[in-house]
Amino acid sequence: MVSKPSDPVAVKILIAGGFGVGKTTLVGAVSEIRPLQTEELLTDRGVGVDDIEGVEQKTTTTVAMDFGRITVRDGLVLYLFGTPGQDRFWFMWDELSAGALGAVVLADTRRLQDCFPAVDYFESRGLPFIIGVNCFDDGYDYTVEEIREALDLDPATPVVLCDVRRRASGKEVLTTLVTHLLAVNEKEKAAAR
Amino acid sequence: MSEWLDDEAGPIVRSYALTRGRARPAGDEPFDMITLIATAGRPRAGTPGIGPEHLHILDMCAAPQPVAEVAARLELPLVVVRVLLGDLLGQRLITVTRPRQESPLSKESLLREVLHGLQAL
Repeated sequence: MVSKPSDPVAVKILIAGGFGVGKTTLVGAVSEIRPLQTEELLTDRGVGVDDIEGVEQKTTTTVAMDFGRITVRDGLVLYLFGTPGQDRFWFMWDELSAGALGAVVLADTRRLQDCFPAVDYFESRGLPFIIGVNCFDDGYDYTVEEIREALDLDPATPVVLCDVRRRASGKEVLTTLVTHLLAVNEKEKAAAR
Repeated sequence: MSEWLDDEAGPIVRSYALTRGRARPAGDEPFDMITLIATAGRPRAGTPGIGPEHLHILDMCAAPQPVAEVAARLELPLVVVRVLLGDLLGQRLITVTRPRQESPLSKESLLREVLHGLQAL
């Protein structure tokens, strides 16, 4: 039951951002399978957000996460997990981000504030991330610099403009992230010396 | 979500029935979503506590599958699938490969491999 070096390895990258920003679209654009959905069942322990005023009852609800798969090579598989759209499921984020290589935070310039919670979360967890600005046809034209300033990003954090419906664009987002992860890892190596 | 919240709440009841009310797996394996599950054996006929869903998992994991894919394909919540996997692990019918904790050096080669894989998409 102990892993051997030849054992298959699975790694994950998170795709975060506000509701309706295109997380599942991005996953679907690059995944080799149609995105699958996994659900976590919640009871009302300490969540208390689905409460309807005046209705005292136990609630059970589900949090759905979409994910896709990219086989990097035989024995190495990358999973892309879309984080739940609602910020209230923070405990799911803890589980998702544990062991993740890094994250893409998708932003929509029409509602840039929707991605603030994800940015704050990954910054507080020390999980490296990049910003993907999904360019909707009717979005405002912000420059990368304006977005960087609005999100108060670390200068090293990449910001890329993308159209997540396009596979090539999704691929660019992911390669930008992994290139950034290599740079972060390089810094960590240097610091460990 | 509506299918989970109908008057009968059938799927939820089914979930708890499958685990016989258990919310946590036996044993201490956390079953991370990308922990890989591989079938290691088949139960003897009539093994107590082994139901059709357990057998379905064993069929599915003849080629190793991550916990998230097992849950998605069974169309069952993760919490339920973890209980079923705990049963199978307790009977040594599956093996688990947890995600590796990488050192910076091994992480670098891992990241390079992932980058090459993505560039080849």
